[in-house]
Amino acid sequence: MIKSRAMPFDDAQRETLRVIAAAMIPASEALHLPGADDPVILDDILASTGRDTKVLADALTMLHSAAAGEFAALRSAGPGTVLERFRTENRSVAAILELVIAQCYYRDDRVMRAIGMEPRAPFPKGYDVEQGDWSLLDPVRARGKIYRDVGEGETP
Amino acid sequence: MTAANDPVDVLIIGGGASGAAVAWSLADTRMRILCLEQGDWVKPTDFPSTGRDWEARQFGDFSISPNRRGLPEDYPINEDDSPIKVANFNGVGGGTILYAGHFPRLHPSDFRVRTLDGVADDWPISYKTLEPFYALNDRMTGVAALEGDPSYPPKPAVMPPLPLGRTGAVLGGAMNELGWHWWPSDAAINTQTYEDRAACINLGHCLSGCAQGAKATTDGTYWPLAIRARVELRTRCRVRRIETDADRMATGAYYVDADGVERFQPAAIVILACNGIGTPRLLLNSASEQFPDGLANTSGIVGKNLMFHPYGQVRGHFDQRLDGYRGPRIGAWSMEFYETDASRGFLRGYCYQFSRGLGPVATAVNGMADGLIPWGEGHHAAFQRLFENSAGMVSICEDLPEEINRVTLDPNLRDSDGIPAPKITYRVGENSQKMLDHSIARGIEILKTAGAHDITIKSPMPAAGWHLLGTARMGHDPKRSVVNDWGRSHDVRNLFIVDGSVFVTAGGVNPTSTIQAIALHVADQIKTRIHNLFD
Repeated sequence: MIKSRAMPFDDAQRETLRVIAAAMIPASEALHLPGADDPVILDDILASTGRDTKVLADALTMLHSAAAGEFAALRSAGPGTVLERFRTENRSVAAILELVIAQCYYRDDRVMRAIGMEPRAPFPKGYDVEQGDWSLLDPVRARGKIYRDVGEGETP
Repeated sequence: MTAANDPVDVLIIGGGASGAAVAWSLADTRMRILCLEQGDWVKPTDFPSTGRDWEARQFGDFSISPNRRGLPEDYPINEDDSPIKVANFNGVGGGTILYAGHFPRLHPSDFRVRTLDGVADDWPISYKTLEPFYALNDRMTGVAALEGDPSYPPKPAVMPPLPLGRTGAVLGGAMNELGWHWWPSDAAINTQTYEDRAACINLGHCLSGCAQGAKATTDGTYWPLAIRARVELRTRCRVRRIETDADRMATGAYYVDADGVERFQPAAIVILACNGIGTPRLLLNSASEQFPDGLANTSGIVGKNLMFHPYGQVRGHFDQRLDGYRGPRIGAWSMEFYETDASRGFLRGYCYQFSRGLGPVATAVNGMADGLIPWGEGHHAAFQRLFENSAGMVSICEDLPEEINRVTLDPNLRDSDGIPAPKITYRVGENSQKMLDHSIARGIEILKTAGAHDITIKSPMPAAGWHLLGTARMGHDPKRSVVNDWGRSHDVRNLFIVDGSVFVTAGGVNPTSTIQAIALHVADQIKTRIHNLFD
């Protein structure tokens, strides 16, 4: 269960985030994937901003202003758009947006199943890893020693 | 008002990799030993891999950056003047809690760099000096390895190596095609039950704490044994300064306890185990009339010669599924470019640490940052192309000691107890930069040979200041070193340092194995010389 936290964003910031989340990771009917603006995922994002809350709130306000208050202006991330300019000019803030959205999107049960993962924590079940082919090391052995002799006469 | 405690024979400051090892080794003397640790015990059930939000939490309380974590036990670090940012963990186990468990030793040549290559300085000790302590530490830690690595003198394996997996097979095949050395890494990760610690179940999250307990961290290896042997470990106790008397001997340390009360802990011997940032910070904070430039600093080099190991990262994507998010990130190494070859345009060398894939969040975030995964249409298709199909390597480049790279006290920054915080000043030197460039070029060659596409690089990796070395170096000459060849301060005869700050040079491998071997060596010297320790 993901811990819930207070939601410190106002309505405009929340709506801005919803529109941006959809622009970043849209739904795909063909792949049976929700978008990052799915209500469950969006609630998780809003409750999980943690240490990035202030930076994120400021970024959302900045984007809302840059779009002149028109959410429609944030619906595309294509060339020449408000979002594209924002990403180019505010790389570190855009990276935080990507982190807070992706970290909730890719832990959603529906998304994890769709990408081939079991929707669970790694512990305690863990995973299997193949041993691999140990004979691959034969040529390395055959080449012989490669470290440098230093004539270990002890302390120089 | 400062409260005074009962005196102890040995006061160890820091409960991480080296503090735990020295405490365990000294325990058989039956001296009264106390360790003060500024952090607390970490519960394995708190580690990110126990929860659905495992990838998110590695950016929160389990971030490798103390400035990002900002927890009460962390101290801030001014790292504005460094392209490489500090990675550490403050708690019982120290940096081992969040390390990868990659556990190489230094090579014999690393101790003789002046003699062999005409740069930096030789160490006052050799590989032979440390060899028995490396072996002891391997047994105490439980090192998974494959014997016969031709890049090292013979050394025993404690247990079988980590699986090569699909990643090892693909990258190993490429190395064979190029005729270059590679080998399964020595790893501080159990591949079988060892000393009551369980075997690895491939959680894939060594770097944010091992919930399984398979990764060897000193809260699970040395500390339980040391505590059973009556060493006292007192947590949430942050040392403010070490005090000395008129005879230039340490008398103990002032610290702030868990309740915020300042106390004085008298001690006959003081051992510093705070690593390459914390140790010089404490020495500089312990300046006095007798030691106006900082304790044990008549040489003037405390805090200088900071070495990080600049990391270069090269990752690629393949047309087949590899190990993905499963298994320890580490698995194999290459020492092909470790020893000096002047024709490469730089001295000394580096190792490669090959790495497996990423979780879905890291795949998406890195993919977007690297321009491989777009926003909007095309996001899902690009993600599917990369997820579970990535592998790569980091190069761990030997940094040469340079006095301009240093730790000082920040004039304004304080920790939560009001103690002056450190500032680091660092730039990648010319030799290191050439080495980084070489490692990136060869890394790309390896990945292309393996069939990778969409290759990305980071050089130097910014958030990779794991290895904090050289800031209180050992040596024979008191004018050019802080401690002698068995860790005793030249200036203060009952003050010892056992952490990464005593490194003379950095080598080109992860240092924890060597840090702990040095701690065991110093403890052995203290025991051997106990009757004339202060002469």
